[in-house]
Amino acid sequence: MSFLSRFRFWSRSGSRYPDLPCQEVVEMVTDYLEGALADADRSRFEAHLAGCPHCTEYLAQMRETIRLAGRITQEDLTPEMRTDFTDLYRRWRTEG
Amino acid sequence: MDSDGSLLVRLRDGDERAFVALVERYHSSMLRLALSFVSSQAVAEEVVQDTWLAVLRGLDRFEERSSLRTWLFTILVNRARTTGVREARSVPVADAGPAVDASRFGPSGAWAVPPEHWVEEAENRIDAAKLSALLRGGLDGLPGRQREVVLLRDVEELSSAEVCEVLAISEANQRVLLHRGRSKLRQMLESELGGGSR
Repeated sequence: MSFLSRFRFWSRSGSRYPDLPCQEVVEMVTDYLEGALADADRSRFEAHLAGCPHCTEYLAQMRETIRLAGRITQEDLTPEMRTDFTDLYRRWRTEG
Repeated sequence: MDSDGSLLVRLRDGDERAFVALVERYHSSMLRLALSFVSSQAVAEEVVQDTWLAVLRGLDRFEERSSLRTWLFTILVNRARTTGVREARSVPVADAGPAVDASRFGPSGAWAVPPEHWVEEAENRIDAAKLSALLRGGLDGLPGRQREVVLLRDVEELSSAEVCEVLAISEANQRVLLHRGRSKLRQMLESELGGGSR
C-alpha cells in the first residue's frame, strides 16, 4: 500500500465511523461472536471491521484463542489416581 | 475415542474400565473447576472423588435430559460450592478491567499499539504440548469466575445454556465473564507469541 492510499484509507475509516472507536470494538467482540449484539450494533461493528485491519486482526486472534483453548489436552491420570478411582468404583459396587 | 454416550452405556452395564475412562477424560477440568471454589489441591481432589461417587450412586436416576458432562459438572460445582462455603473462603469478584489495556489506544480510541501478529505462527513455532501448557497456565492465572466459564465454554465446549445451568448464572453474566477471560488469554498469547515474524 502506497503512503497516499494508506493515508486515504485511514482518513476514510476514521471519518466514516467516528462513533465506534477501536477501544470499544474490542469490548464488543464476545457479544459479536455469541450473536448477542443488536442488529444496529452488529452492523456498526462489521462496518468498522471492514475498514480497520487492526480490529480484524484482533477478532482473528480472539477466534484463534478460542480454538486453541478447545485443544488443551487433559493431563493423564497418575497410576496412583487410577488405582484410587478403581478402588472407589469397587467400593461403590459393594455398597449394595 | 469412545463417546460419552457409549461409555455411559458400558458404565451402566458395570464396566469398570468405562468408569476409569470417563474419570480420565474429565479429571483435569473437574479438578481445575473445583479448585476455583476451594482452597487446596487436596480438598479439590476430595470434591472430585465425591462427585464421581455421587455420579455412580445417581446413575439409575440419571434420565439424560442433560448431557452426561453437564450433569457431572453441575454436581461438581454444587459440591465444590458447598465445601468452599464451609471453608469460609472469600469468593473473588469478577474484575472489571478492559479487554485491552487502555495505554494501547490513542486519545480518539483508535489503536496506538495495534495487536502483534501471531495467529498463523502459534502452531508452527511452538509444539502442541507446549501450547497446551501455556494455555493451561493462562487459564490457571484467570480470576476464579472467569476461569470457570472459559474452562466450561472453550475447553470443554459446553453451550452457553449449559454453562449457565452448571454455574447457575445468567446469560449476560456468563458473557461478561467469558469476555474478560478470553481477552486475558488472547493477551497472554500475544505477549508469548507475538512480534516474531514481522
